[in-house]
Amino acid sequence: MSIDAQSVLNETFVLNLGPQHPATHGVLRIKLTMDGEYIVDAEPVIGYGHRMHEKMGENRSYAKFLPNTGRIDYVAALFNGHGYVGAVERLAGITVPERAEYIRVITSELNRVASHLLWLGAFLVDLGGFTPLLYCFDDREQILDLLESVTGARLTFCYYRFGGVCNDIDDDFVAGTRSFITRLRSRMPMYDAFVTKNIIFRKRVEGIGLISAETCRKYGATGPVIRGSGVSYDVRKVEPYSVYLKFNFDIPSFTECDCMARYKVRIEEMVQSMRIIEQALDSLPAGPIMAEKVPRTLKLAKGDCYYNVESARGSFGVRVVSDGSENAYRLKLRSPCFSNMSLFRECSAGMLLPDALALLGSFDLVIPDIDR
Amino acid sequence: MSSDMIMELVRLILYLVGFLAFALLNAAYLTLVERKVPSWFQLRPGPIEVGPWGLLQPVADGIKLLGKQILTPQGADLIMFKLAPVMVVVPGVLCLVTIPFSEMIVPRNFNLGLLMIFAFGAFGVFAILLGGWASNNKYSSIAAARVVAQNIAYEIPMLLVVISLVFVTRTFNLHTIVEQQMGGFWHWNVLNLKASIMMPIAFLIYFICMLAETNRAPFDMVEAESELVAGAFTEYSGMGFGLFFVAEYLNIMVGCCVGTILFLGGWDCPFGLLPGLHWFLIKMYVLCFAVIWVRWSFPRTQFYGLLNLSWKILIPFALVNLLLTAFMLKLFH
Repeated sequence: MSIDAQSVLNETFVLNLGPQHPATHGVLRIKLTMDGEYIVDAEPVIGYGHRMHEKMGENRSYAKFLPNTGRIDYVAALFNGHGYVGAVERLAGITVPERAEYIRVITSELNRVASHLLWLGAFLVDLGGFTPLLYCFDDREQILDLLESVTGARLTFCYYRFGGVCNDIDDDFVAGTRSFITRLRSRMPMYDAFVTKNIIFRKRVEGIGLISAETCRKYGATGPVIRGSGVSYDVRKVEPYSVYLKFNFDIPSFTECDCMARYKVRIEEMVQSMRIIEQALDSLPAGPIMAEKVPRTLKLAKGDCYYNVESARGSFGVRVVSDGSENAYRLKLRSPCFSNMSLFRECSAGMLLPDALALLGSFDLVIPDIDR
Repeated sequence: MSSDMIMELVRLILYLVGFLAFALLNAAYLTLVERKVPSWFQLRPGPIEVGPWGLLQPVADGIKLLGKQILTPQGADLIMFKLAPVMVVVPGVLCLVTIPFSEMIVPRNFNLGLLMIFAFGAFGVFAILLGGWASNNKYSSIAAARVVAQNIAYEIPMLLVVISLVFVTRTFNLHTIVEQQMGGFWHWNVLNLKASIMMPIAFLIYFICMLAETNRAPFDMVEAESELVAGAFTEYSGMGFGLFFVAEYLNIMVGCCVGTILFLGGWDCPFGLLPGLHWFLIKMYVLCFAVIWVRWSFPRTQFYGLLNLSWKILIPFALVNLLLTAFMLKLFH
């Protein structure tokens, strides 16, 4: 059969979803082969927002790369900083004061809640409901105000330093965080009533976008995506870092494998994050916030080190290879969104376009995190 | 020329100008309501810059749309592409011709008013199909294909409900339908349980179908901005897009007017306080508000969700309603 005859029989067409499409939340392009509204093949085309962060990490000193970490996954910027700082500290053998570790946990978890709130709003916009976004932003603003008061930034934080944090938290921050937790707890039933129990929302996400645990493992998916498939994999529990061992919290996981499971994981994670923050605030130790004698220009001994943190989107890993000079010999950033997005091609085959976009939304992709 | 003819001519021109002004002002200011009302839902002020309380916002929008370059995509069917926005507005305006706003104010009172409204209502869908198809854009084509299936899905239950109502009213004349409901809100068709005990459900079915007919959320599959960018209107710019926008609000208004007339007693005043016209407008705008309220409270249904809703719930209920109405009419009259 000639190629022309085949193409007539197949009657598929290529639909370019993005790089400027409302549902891709950035410059992600997905080349869809469509049969009517059914997706035959979905090929993600990435790289539109590539900024060579890994290369930048190799041609400048360790401290100079720190601000870059806030630009990788800018929605949950503190985790990137945590991963990088942790890797360098591990290689340099710097011990971080306990108070600094507590502050890192508190701010990180706040950032996780902020990130999940943004996702909740954006996901609902993907599904066509615009109103929850504004409520989520209202709550998220409170977190950003709190974080601004200690980090000086609202989005692209650069707060963690090698050996600690750059600003101490004060009583205002502690009181503000406590009142925020009270506020968000009182608003959770509202989200539950208007979003979780919404019949149209349930129809849009229940049983839609099934991802088996096996597929997650195959592609290295982490975070809420794998936890929504019934695997309670969380770096905070599996390879505890910082002071997470000291807190009681659960890792929510649901076995339904659909978009609703991933939604419920994130909602439950916000609750758990608030638990962690409360415990950390209750047992916040006094003391210094920076390790002593951290040189201005770090020169690490030859070595190779990997540090993994649980970002809001999954496992964010940093590998630093040092050859003894001021710069890293190799910096590798393992970003959760890249692996999570890889699932899309396999899982979206045969889906309808609106359902596939619900699936894409449930991944919580931040495109600069994919492109780096 | 006799003075009668001159009077008739003056009357004609007054109605023509008056109703065009009424229709377009309503369409324009419903866009303001569409922006102001959700802003209260969403804890934000909404448009406040242009004019006091944002009241001149529709004017600014209109000027902006007029100033935009009108682009025609490559490979588009030029005539169809240009024709579609016109075709989508005209039925909306024409439908208003038969609507009795009060006992006295009815531009053209004739016996097949209801039939004419539904005939022209279906015409608007055809225009969207045309616009989507002529755009030569894949997103628009998908939306155009959707509009056809959606049309079939919601028109059937809607017409079934209206037919059951016509059983009760025994006329297509909107003026007569309202006159039958005079004398207190218990005479309104929505509460006319003597005619059919399913009347409130029939009204609900009508309202849901009206949302789908006007392509409003949660059934805005044709526009679906997070899926299809702007659906059938993706390639339209300037006033071409503006006309689709005007048509959307005109259709909402017509749908709410018909709902008011068929189910809510038209200009009948429940308490005898204000003149009839006021009550008609109050009822109509309450329905318009409900349409906007629904849009900003719900996410979009899936496409097959609408089809399931229509074929599995609305059509069976509408059929039961039709049978019950016929049965009760036979029994009691």
